[in-house]
Amino acid sequence: MAITLSNERDELRLRDKKPLYSEAEARAEAERCLYCSDAPCIKACPTEIDIPTFIKQIASENVRGSAKTIFDQNILGHSCARVCPVEVLCVGSCVYTAWGREPIPIGRLQRYATETTVKGIEKGAAPLHTPKAKTGKKVALIGAGPASLACAAELTLEGHTAVIFEKRGVAGGLNTTGIAPYKLHSQDAVAEVEWVQKLGVEIRLNSEITKDTATKLLADYDAVYIGVGLGADSKLNVPGEEGQGVVGATEWIEQMKLVPGTAKTLGDVIVVGGGNTAIDVARECALLGAKSVTMVYRRSTEEMSGYKHELEGARKEGVRFLTNTQPVGVVRDEKGALKALKVAHATAGVPVAGTETEVPCELVTLAIGQSKLREIASFFDGVEIDRRGCVVADPKTGATGNAKVFAGGDCINGGKEVVNAVADGRNTARFLTAAWTAASTSSASK
Amino acid sequence: MADLSIDFCGIKSPNPFWLASAPPANSGDQVMRAFDAGWGGAVWKTLGDPIVNVSSRFGGIDYANQRMMGFNNIELITDRPLDVNFKEIYEVKKRYPMHAVIASLMTETKKDWEVLIRRAEDAGADGLELNFGCPHGMCERGMGSSVGQEPKLLAEITSWAKEFAKTPVLVKLTPNTGDIVEAGMAAIAGGGDGIALINTIKSIVGLDLDRLVPLPRVGNASTNGGYCGPAVKPIALHLLSALAREPNMIPISGIGGIANWRDAAEFIALGSTSVQVCTAVMHYGFRIVRDMIDGLSNYLDQQGMKSVNELRGRAIGAYKEWGELDLGYQVIAKIDKDKCIGCQLCVTACQDGAHQCIFAGSEDRQRPPQAHYPGLAKAPSPLPLGKIAGARVPWVDEPECVGCNLCALVCPVPNCITMEEVPSGRPHETWNDRTDQGRTRQPGGIHD
Repeated sequence: MAITLSNERDELRLRDKKPLYSEAEARAEAERCLYCSDAPCIKACPTEIDIPTFIKQIASENVRGSAKTIFDQNILGHSCARVCPVEVLCVGSCVYTAWGREPIPIGRLQRYATETTVKGIEKGAAPLHTPKAKTGKKVALIGAGPASLACAAELTLEGHTAVIFEKRGVAGGLNTTGIAPYKLHSQDAVAEVEWVQKLGVEIRLNSEITKDTATKLLADYDAVYIGVGLGADSKLNVPGEEGQGVVGATEWIEQMKLVPGTAKTLGDVIVVGGGNTAIDVARECALLGAKSVTMVYRRSTEEMSGYKHELEGARKEGVRFLTNTQPVGVVRDEKGALKALKVAHATAGVPVAGTETEVPCELVTLAIGQSKLREIASFFDGVEIDRRGCVVADPKTGATGNAKVFAGGDCINGGKEVVNAVADGRNTARFLTAAWTAASTSSASK
Repeated sequence: MADLSIDFCGIKSPNPFWLASAPPANSGDQVMRAFDAGWGGAVWKTLGDPIVNVSSRFGGIDYANQRMMGFNNIELITDRPLDVNFKEIYEVKKRYPMHAVIASLMTETKKDWEVLIRRAEDAGADGLELNFGCPHGMCERGMGSSVGQEPKLLAEITSWAKEFAKTPVLVKLTPNTGDIVEAGMAAIAGGGDGIALINTIKSIVGLDLDRLVPLPRVGNASTNGGYCGPAVKPIALHLLSALAREPNMIPISGIGGIANWRDAAEFIALGSTSVQVCTAVMHYGFRIVRDMIDGLSNYLDQQGMKSVNELRGRAIGAYKEWGELDLGYQVIAKIDKDKCIGCQLCVTACQDGAHQCIFAGSEDRQRPPQAHYPGLAKAPSPLPLGKIAGARVPWVDEPECVGCNLCALVCPVPNCITMEEVPSGRPHETWNDRTDQGRTRQPGGIHD
């Protein structure tokens, strides 16, 4: 059964950092766009949205046309507008950026166009999309995250039948469970999923795929798409780790977003890791009122894989950094309650013996990567796993070693952006449509 | 600091900046505040039998984030009683004796003109401006531009005014006419002391697309208005220049889209003695005159001119008929790779809107079939790397560049694309030279 989103969720305490533009704001910003030729922003977008065109359409007050331009390339254009790291993608490549002037806020304009248009449709405006006549082709998609949603939506609009199987009680994948609330709240991610469902995509919640059901999917459907994302948070493997107070980062974020009371009182918080998930947790805890937030990372700040702009945001929000520091143990009292994280100075990521100290804390979140859902590959003959544990798939088409099985998103790339997953899903749908269209054309001409 | 004071056929003004006859010069209170801000003169909102106005009255046309690039109005002449207006003129002149106050007038019969002129002069006006230009509302009643469009009538009414006037008479012309020189000559023939131009251009500023009614909307309808603002400056400069080139021309007060000192300097260099401003004041207020005074003064200092009078008409001689232009002159586009931001607007503009000679990328490119030279446009090697744009800096296929300016005009970065003179290999000659020598035939014509 579907999860009901409570109004008491902790994530609701965090407001949008980039709220929806008013019409006046959107038009003023849109008018600043230079309308570059061979525009760098398009090239920087994994889904290659025609950004200058959609921006000019906002300026000409053709907001509906603007949304169509976006959705034609990226059916999850609304969530991408809000969660994309635009600073390193489209906005980062805006010619104004290198010029030293304020770049066009492409993400916010994209949110304006998509959100305004979708709200208009909800209030009775004509739908933007009409699916083509049914082709009879059926695709089963595993996992209801951005890759599968994008793939299913594109397939549906082309007249194919798409059914998504989701093991959780909520759809949307990381858009629903993992995005920093000041970018996107769960209810908005769920609303976008519902919007995709209205296009004709079927989603079956609480439907975990097993070896047996996978075999049945292969028999019942013309193709199977694997969009399962990543697995559980990785562990430190240090003494005392198991027990209260030490949690995986994505698990904690999901609880904070979906389960009321998760982050009601936050004491001293330690975040282990230096990637974007680590920075997200740190910022969320800081903004939710933690007494202190310390990021523990085994190398230097410069070597952190998180985006510079996110790191800068964390600094401004009061996050402390304990770099070149490696956790070596978890200190607990006699009742097993978390007391401190034992850390050692690290050189080149390796702890130096004799430098151990204890950092008192009430919560440790581990953002040092996620495990891979290796098992899924074993359900399908020919589908392989690479050394990292990722499903091996052609990045352009999603094709795997099994001609009927395709894969995309985090499970093939090890964890990238939502927009990369959307591009993957869409590309597979386009590939299948082209293949099936070619097949039906050649059989018709025989 | 250069001397900005002028003498406009006897009307003295501390500077050439006058409020045009329009809403900003509607009342004594406004005119006095304008003089306090620095304006040298004001042409009073046109006086005549008070009219009734509609609501709404103004329309604007925006360009990107710039509002009121063009402006239009369907307001008529003064809607306030004449005795109130004259009393205010009297008070303004008493308090500001060194400033120029000119009464704009509009009426019908000779007797009415006599009364209006006497009363304006009795109130202390330094001069009169005959409104033969208003292209909306009043022209349908036989006044305004309907006079300006009829040279005989224009000359006759001007001569009536001259018969009654003791102060200088300026004739304000309409641009809604086929030949501005004919109208200007009629003003001179009627005895006018000066000319003011341009009045507004007949226009429909836009439509309300929800109601399908033109703007500005008055209930369920609208009417044509008078167009002005920055968009009309080029038209005004052309008409001014056409008149200023005429021998024995009388002083001209230039009007049309003037918003800053640069605009004013252009009008003055093309022959204006004073300049009149309306839209820019309606947009930003009287305060804009501060930079107009300061900027013009600095410019004159830099040019080594001691007085604004030295600037007047200095550019008139550089206007030539097309047939007198040098066919041997050649410029080509040069792109400053370090100023370039890589937007490549010049590439698209040149490819789609000009002569297909700007490209991007490291590959040689096939010239289009209509190119002047066959073969490939050679990409520079190595490709120039810009400080900002990196490898996105476009390059010019120089042999094909005709020097049209389009790339420099679309480039968003000031002075990034410059047009530089190069030897053309062609003789310095004009079309008229070729006409004189019977060499006007170009291959590919009607009879080839």
